[in-house]
Amino acid sequence: MHEPVNRPFRELQEITLQTDTRDILSHETKRAIDREDYFLVDIDAHVSETQFWPEIIGSIDNEVIRQWGQAGMERGSSAALLNLSAGTNYQDVYGRILHQSALRQAVDPAAGHRFTQMARRSMDAMGLDYQVVFPTPMLLLGMHPQDEVEVALAGAYNRWVSERILPEDPRLKGLLFLPFNTPEACEELVQKYAGDPNIIGFTIASTRNKPVHHNAYMKLYAMIEETGKPLAFHSGFNWDDPSFRQLNRFISMHSISFVHWSLIHMTNWIINGLPERFPKLKLIWVESGLAWIPFLMQRLDHEYLMRSCEAPLLKKLPSDYMRDMYYATQPMERSNPRLLQATFEAVNAETQFLFASDWPHWDFDPPSAITDIPFLSEQAKRNILGLNAARLFNLEVKKMRPKAADALSTRPGVS
Amino acid sequence: MREFNIGPAFAFADPGRKVIEADGVEVGVFKVDGEFYAYQNICPHNGGPACQGKMIYKVEELIAEHGVSKGLVFSKTQLNVTCPWHGYEFDIRSGRHQGDGSVRLAAVKVRVESGDVIVTMPAPGL
Ligand code: FES
Repeated sequence: MHEPVNRPFRELQEITLQTDTRDILSHETKRAIDREDYFLVDIDAHVSETQFWPEIIGSIDNEVIRQWGQAGMERGSSAALLNLSAGTNYQDVYGRILHQSALRQAVDPAAGHRFTQMARRSMDAMGLDYQVVFPTPMLLLGMHPQDEVEVALAGAYNRWVSERILPEDPRLKGLLFLPFNTPEACEELVQKYAGDPNIIGFTIASTRNKPVHHNAYMKLYAMIEETGKPLAFHSGFNWDDPSFRQLNRFISMHSISFVHWSLIHMTNWIINGLPERFPKLKLIWVESGLAWIPFLMQRLDHEYLMRSCEAPLLKKLPSDYMRDMYYATQPMERSNPRLLQATFEAVNAETQFLFASDWPHWDFDPPSAITDIPFLSEQAKRNILGLNAARLFNLEVKKMRPKAADALSTRPGVS
Repeated sequence: MREFNIGPAFAFADPGRKVIEADGVEVGVFKVDGEFYAYQNICPHNGGPACQGKMIYKVEELIAEHGVSKGLVFSKTQLNVTCPWHGYEFDIRSGRHQGDGSVRLAAVKVRVESGDVIVTMPAPGL
């Protein structure tokens, strides 16, 4: 017998540019109910800094470069001074993935900076205790033709994030953005920020053609090693690279370009014996996924045994050095579970992998991407989702987030 | 059976959709060329709200004689719904991912009765 069909239901709206982050991610919040007792750290989330560009341009020290930026903005440029790569606007898959395009949701003007409020929404929705924030288009600054602009914007961003953003929420942490084309400027910044408790490490945007083993950087690495805080290579894409100009679709370029920079910098780092020169310097490789790691391990080991005369500083196999480093998991390639498992085993994932969401970018991973992995032990999941990061960044393991059920009840619930 | 009357069929745009939620269960109901289709609002990729994303016609590549590409066009017939989390695109008529048919949305029963659209909602927790 049929029951009456006029039952109450609620209608959910299409997800648009205006949708609240907590509504976009509510399905993940429901999953977070099952991991209330986990400690979660997201080591790579992003500021879409061009939304706050007037604030950052206004923080530029050099008065002339500041005026260049302000003049650009007065004439309507939302990315004044930046060197955007071709394809930057294709990332949202032509309007299909709107959290990549922009987050235009309303915030409470009295409740702190707009960025802090939106970051908090993403942390609450994904069930994160801490989130480490990185810039977005600034990750291409290594290719800027003007080193002085890279220095000016790095200084301005670091000041903005450390003075304006991070103090607003103890759950937000930052890595110091290094203008790597100018080593002396990097050294000054390290000196200035090494003691800032909210700056829990340093980052080099990997999209650049400066070899990381150049002698000009040795003093910088020694200074970073001395701080005890890790150094992250954050990868990116560059469609303007001559090899990549052969690739006619964004998918092709993006699949290879991020990995390309990590392959180059990792190879230089190891073959030139930097792990032996800076044995206490902790390295993190961010945003190249995981599949490249076993490829490079095998490739370098294979050639090293035949040509070890070219890498005389090494005392063990290249893969052994790679196994000592840390890797952010996103975007985690998952189409072949056996290869994924082999990768986890090859790199000692249980101690070396760090969960990263990359929110709000189009290929973000929610924490359930880790909890859903069938071959991982409960302890391995806990380590990757937060305990490895706590150890590396010296974070107190304590619950900083609201309960998932409370986060669900405070969302608008429109979508 | 947990049947829900979600309103008159004529009130749906064509193409159009309604995503409804009851007792924590979410279902997307779509109308394309006068026919109704319904799926659970859970993406097989990562659990995103697949039915709440952009509806867009499938992109195709025209290939002429000797394998020469004549460029990209939109399909005139296949309408997809895109998961807003990462862009998986599903054919609304079959619920299957346009690039890998083994990846699919879970179908939900929907019918039109006396001009109203009746959805059989899955039990909560499924
Ligand atoms: S969850 Fe739907 S595309 Fe990823």
